[in-house]
Parts: sequence; structure tokens; C-alpha cells
Amino acid sequence: MNSIVLLSATDLALAAVLILGLALLSLLMGLGLIRSLTVAALRTVIQLILIGLVLKAVFAQSDPLWTAVIALTMLLVAGREVMARQHRRFDGWWGIGLGTSAMFISTFSITLLVLLVIIQAEPWYAPQYAIPLLGMMFGNTMNGIALGLDRLTQQAWQQRAIIEARLALGQDARQAIADIRRDSVRTGMVPMINAMATAGLVSLPGMMTGQILAGVDPVEAVNYQILIMFMVTAGTGFGTIAAIVLGARRLFDERQRLCLGRLSPGRYS
Amino acid sequence: MTLQHIRDNANAQVTGINHGAGSDVSLPTNQLDLVKLQAGDLAPVTLSVAAGECLVLAGASGSGKSRLLRVIADLDASMENAAGQIFLGGVDLLHYSGPEWRRRVAYLAAESQWWFDDVAAHFSIMPTPEQMQSLGLKPELLQQAVSRLSSGERQRLALLRLLVQQPRVLLLDEPTASLDPEATRAVEQLIADYRQQHQAAVIWVSHDVNQAGRVGQHYFYINQGRVCDQGDGSTRTEDE
Repeated sequence: MNSIVLLSATDLALAAVLILGLALLSLLMGLGLIRSLTVAALRTVIQLILIGLVLKAVFAQSDPLWTAVIALTMLLVAGREVMARQHRRFDGWWGIGLGTSAMFISTFSITLLVLLVIIQAEPWYAPQYAIPLLGMMFGNTMNGIALGLDRLTQQAWQQRAIIEARLALGQDARQAIADIRRDSVRTGMVPMINAMATAGLVSLPGMMTGQILAGVDPVEAVNYQILIMFMVTAGTGFGTIAAIVLGARRLFDERQRLCLGRLSPGRYS
Repeated sequence: MTLQHIRDNANAQVTGINHGAGSDVSLPTNQLDLVKLQAGDLAPVTLSVAAGECLVLAGASGSGKSRLLRVIADLDASMENAAGQIFLGGVDLLHYSGPEWRRRVAYLAAESQWWFDDVAAHFSIMPTPEQMQSLGLKPELLQQAVSRLSSGERQRLALLRLLVQQPRVLLLDEPTASLDPEATRAVEQLIADYRQQHQAAVIWVSHDVNQAGRVGQHYFYINQGRVCDQGDGSTRTEDE
């Protein structure tokens, strides 16, 4: 295995010039992107430097507690992000609880399964495996659930007359919202399904890219990539279905009446 | 009006057979009773619609007619902590689940909704050609796409969609609003026939005074947030 070419601060500064160039263009064209672009770029640098230091420290010791703490932090931040991406979010606990609990169940169960049964590292909770896997799971399931829930609430709001016409015909809540539910799950799943369809043809996914850069034989690197893509797709699928099913039920009360009052207009941040 | 009064009324309209001495079997009637029902901003309403009869409800736009109908159909909740009740044939609404109630107490909105491409997909039971023709609709319309229907055809098909399920109560929100006079008469006739054949109770929201005279046996209107009986001008919002 060749050792990877290490990057220095100067190298990164040169890369940052690309971002500065983009910001300058935004300024000249009046696109108004400077602020969000520079804030995001700064956040990327700071957050990644910090997580790099944290991971270095965590990998150096063997207490699984730290892995759990990091996992929990990721979960909560992802849950908050799901809520922030809703045009109309659920009131109260449901706002953050819906996405968070769906991700909790799907991500942790699948990651545990993979760590214990497939990878079987020593120990099975080794942070070098657990944390990157969780990170990729959370990143993608967060996307799928956010898209799916947003679709659900938008459609329910826009099609309220249709939903109520179906209720008025004596359909129960599940039947009345069945088409919207199906559509929302599909919306959440499309990005991952597209990614799987084009993997290797259009893009080389991040995980195998990293391994190849570190000198791993490409034929070996793709094995992990395949594993990851199956994990992530299953996690996104189960998580999105769970979130949509729970969310769709939350839209109706105990008399199976449509309760759009449980949604409040959100902010697109 | 007490609950006992309601049950007595309901029993008095039984048209079934006695099953022998000592039995207390009464067949369910379709009488609709509202007891201090609060819908939206309206004062509590207490009224009854007997089986086989039609009550016409009028009132200015935005006065709460649709909201009242929707509360009766259990599509909207009445006010929180409200003590109001609704009875169908003497049975409290709460004895049914939401969907069970709505299969019996059918609400027809002023604007019909369609969600599949084809007309036929919306019907749980296909209407007969006779039923279609009685409303001036060609039976072939059932096989067509919804997008090809006129608004009048959609409105009449929405009514049929409701009637084929044989509800016991009809809550009609301006069912002839966008129909020409001929189609209007056809709809009025169909509903009158249905009402008599099934002894259904009907509440009909209409702005048309002449139509009210043709279709209704009782006339109510909403005035300043109160449901008033047009017959004798007394309000139906007394506390008891």
C-alpha cells in the first residue's frame, strides 16, 4: 500500500481560492450568494478540523462511551436539520421527534447489524468503523426523510380538499392519504436509487474514492462501497417509510378528521 | 328537547314489524338530531330533521352554513369543550368511528373533487344506466377521463358517487349551483326520490328561494350567528 499524499495548509489555501473566485463572481453578478457561501465554507473548515481532532482522540482510546456520544450528537443534529428543511413542520415534539425517531430506529439498527454480523471488527464497536458508517448513514437518511416529509406535508396542504372529499365518502384516513403517502416515500427514495443506478458510471462514490486515494486496491475498495450503498439505501428506505407512515397518521385526529392545524409554516433555512 | 324526547321521536317513526310481545326491537330510523351543537362561530344549534324530510338552510356567504354541515358530517370538530351532540336514529355520533359515521351521514361539498384520471375509479359501486340517465348523463361518461367532463357533469357525478353508497342522511352544500335549469330539476327529482325511497334525512343548503319551496319541508336561515326557523321566526338556540 502506497502512503497517501498528505495535504498542507498551503494546499488547502489554494483550494480556498476557488471558493473565493466563486464568491467574487457572485458579487459581480449580484447573485447574493456571498454570505451563505462564505459562512458554509467557514463552517466546513471549522467543523471538519474539530471532528478530525475529536476522531483522532476517540480512535486512540477504547471506551465505547465516546462513540455513543458522537453517534447521539450526529442523530440530534440530523434530526434538527430534517425539521429545518420542512416548509411546513409538525407542531410541538413531533417537529423534531418524527425525523429523529425514524432515523434512530433505521440507522442504529442497520449499522449495528452490519458491525456485528458483516464487518465483525475487533471490538465490534471500533470507532474506526462505527463512526464513518454512522456518518454516511445519517447523511443520506437525513436527506431522504427530509425530502419525503416535506413532500408529505406540502401535498397534504395542497390537496386538503381531495383528502376531505375522500373522507366524506367514508374512506378511512389511511385510504384517503394513500396516494400522497406513496408519492412521498418515492420522493425520499429517488436520490439513493439514482445514486445506485449510476454508481461507477457517472461518479465514483466518496467512500471508495477515499480508499483509493489511501492506496487500497480498487477491486477491494468497491466491496466496501457496495456494502455502504446497500446499507444506506436500506436505511433511507426504512427510515423514510417509518417517518411518512407516522407523519401521515399524525395528520389525522382520533375521529380520522384531517387536522392541518397540526402543521405550522416553517422557515427554509 | 331532552334526550328522551329524541329517543321517543325516533321510536315513533319505526316502520318495522314487532317481533312479538315483550321485545323492544326498533329498527333504526334516519332521524337526525342536533343538540346544542356548536359549529364555528355559530351559537349552539338544536334542531331535528325527521326521516324522509328535507330541511333547507339559507344564509349569507360566509355565515357558516358549510361549516355547520361539515361539523355534522364529522369532518370538522365542533368547538373544544363543547357539550353538543349529534344523533342518527337515536344513536350518538360517538358510537361510530369517524369513517363509519361518514358512510351514513354523507356530505356533498359545493365543489366536487376528483383524484384519479378516470371517472369510474372514483366509484365504489357503479351507478346504473338508469341512474345516469335520470340526471341527464350519458352512461359512457363513466369510462371517460375526468378532464373531459364539464363542471356540471362533475357535480352531478359527484352526487351519484355519494348516493350509490346509500347514506342515511344527505348534507348537500349547494348541489345545483352550476347547473342549468333542466339539470337542476333532474337533481331535485333524484334527491326527492332517494329521500322517499330510503327515508333519508336531508339538509339542503341553497340560496334559491324557489328551489327551497320545491325541495324542502322546513326552512332555516342563519342570521347574525344564529340558526333561525323561518317558519315562525323563533331561534333554535335555546338553552335547556
